[in-house]
Amino acid sequence: MAATTEASAPLLRLAGVTKRFGGAAAVDAVDLALAENEVFCLLGPSGCGKSTLLRLIAGFEQPDAGTIRLGTQDLTGLPAHRRPINMMFQSYALFPHMSVSRNVAYGLADRPRAERAARVADLLRMVRLEDFADRRPDTLSGGQRQRVALARALAREPRLLLLDEPLTALDRALREETQSELRALQRRLRTSFIVVTHDPEEAMRLADRVGVMAQGRIVQVGATAELYDRPASRYVAGLLGDVNLIPGRLGPGEPGGLRAVEIASGSLRARSPAADLSEGDAVVVAVRPERVALGPDQAGEGATVGIPATVAERVFLGDRIARTLHLGDGSAVRASGPPEGADAFPAGARVRLRFAAEAATILPA
Amino acid sequence: MSLFLRAVLGLGLAFLYAPILVLAAYSFNASRLVTVWGGFSTRWYAALLADGPLVAAAWVSLRVALASGAVATVLGTLAALALARHGRFRSRPLLVGLVFAPMVMPEVIVGLSLLLLFVGIGLDRGVGTLVIAHATFCTGFVAVVVGARLRGLDRSLEEAAADLGAGPVRVFATVTLPLLGPAVLAGFLLAFTLSLDDLVIASFVSGPGATTLPMRLYSQVRLGVNPEINAASTLLVLAVTLAVLGASHLSARR
Repeated sequence: MAATTEASAPLLRLAGVTKRFGGAAAVDAVDLALAENEVFCLLGPSGCGKSTLLRLIAGFEQPDAGTIRLGTQDLTGLPAHRRPINMMFQSYALFPHMSVSRNVAYGLADRPRAERAARVADLLRMVRLEDFADRRPDTLSGGQRQRVALARALAREPRLLLLDEPLTALDRALREETQSELRALQRRLRTSFIVVTHDPEEAMRLADRVGVMAQGRIVQVGATAELYDRPASRYVAGLLGDVNLIPGRLGPGEPGGLRAVEIASGSLRARSPAADLSEGDAVVVAVRPERVALGPDQAGEGATVGIPATVAERVFLGDRIARTLHLGDGSAVRASGPPEGADAFPAGARVRLRFAAEAATILPA
Repeated sequence: MSLFLRAVLGLGLAFLYAPILVLAAYSFNASRLVTVWGGFSTRWYAALLADGPLVAAAWVSLRVALASGAVATVLGTLAALALARHGRFRSRPLLVGLVFAPMVMPEVIVGLSLLLLFVGIGLDRGVGTLVIAHATFCTGFVAVVVGARLRGLDRSLEEAAADLGAGPVRVFATVTLPLLGPAVLAGFLLAFTLSLDDLVIASFVSGPGATTLPMRLYSQVRLGVNPEINAASTLLVLAVTLAVLGASHLSARR
């Protein structure tokens, strides 16, 4: 997988971690290795098991099977308060009956008083809340509460910080600002992060690597660009963003790691599938809308390339133009392009659509 | 609000509170005759303080209410924690039943069964047995009040405390208990009130030298009502009202 995990011994290693609630496995035989100083995102819809996996790592739940190791220490079976891992909760879970500084100091009870005060002051300066030390959490804004929660979770200098939907409760403008702050802080502290999120954009902004979860399993792990451009399944393709899935049948192999696919309105080429598929199998070709380019339909003049299509709808979205195209068999393909070409190819226009074979992935249907 | 609704409200409130108001008004009656108004006076309140047996009974009631309230608060809080925090253990429905049954059981039966128990094990009846008996039926009420608060408590607060290195005892002392505080105090006030009011159970389990205020009032009423009883009753109603108002104020607080 990623080279970072092979270079040195991993910081965190999960092996076969399983957790059942009733009969159903919420987390199903998960293996995962996390490097020092890495930001790893667990991405998936609600109910996919990502929060349960985080709670297993934090120690709020104990696995039914498998082991959790941090460095050389086996954490399996240890309760949360004995694990050198801290967590930032989605609700922030600030103690409402304590001031900001007492919240931040809570994890430092075992330190001498003078050291504790100095550390709290440092942490509050780090999150720019030094003027709010004596305030109660309920008098703070959402962004300030988030920063208190972050300072409190970092107080014990954990080697690994778990963040459960850290930005979900913030409004959009604040979210982007906080994302870059969080990333800058992580680079400075060199603490590893595991971030749970359902928002692919958040995962892309924060993570070095992303693990996509479905039904209690991690179905694909990789850098965000890798997951976006080379998804291993329709599920991953759809989760990371808008995608066209053009149905067809697998054709013969071609040089350069490509493969032909016969679709209703012609033939196209795409990268060979990773999955074990044979010629004639039903497949889909996954291609992102921004990879689909349009050209004029020059039928009758011979040397045309691409698949013939009709523009069904054209929508101006400010930073891009989104078009819905209908292929000969009536199936729809979405294409998005730069706003400069706004006037070209209005609704009703006949076009040819093309995309680079390397930008398209063949997936099991 | 229409006239009709106002009238209905007025009648409803009168139905509930007119008897108590009449009682309170007559406690300020200068006349010895209960039903004849003889002018305003506080003489019966002064007479109360001079009535040795009545003051002694009030003192017994207060001690029993404080002690049984404290015992019920500890037991009820523990029961609420067990029911709210330990998921679905096998004997859970049984424990729920055992905690809440004394609340709905007829008082005569609770009193009688406690009396039989105390006689059976040879426990001398007095203040001690009163405290035990009152704690028994007040525990359920405390469990209800504390349990409601506990269900509204964000579980992640306790998890956050554990995550920051606090063991179970520190989590309970620094997070759970402070956040439950108002409900625990409200439960105590409710138990205190219930104990102060009780006549039926107390009549069964009390012994010589442990006459509570309601018992004293009741026995005097049987000999004839006098304005002094009105005054004592008014004070009792006042104490109970204050405690209940305090309890509901604490329960409503976030």
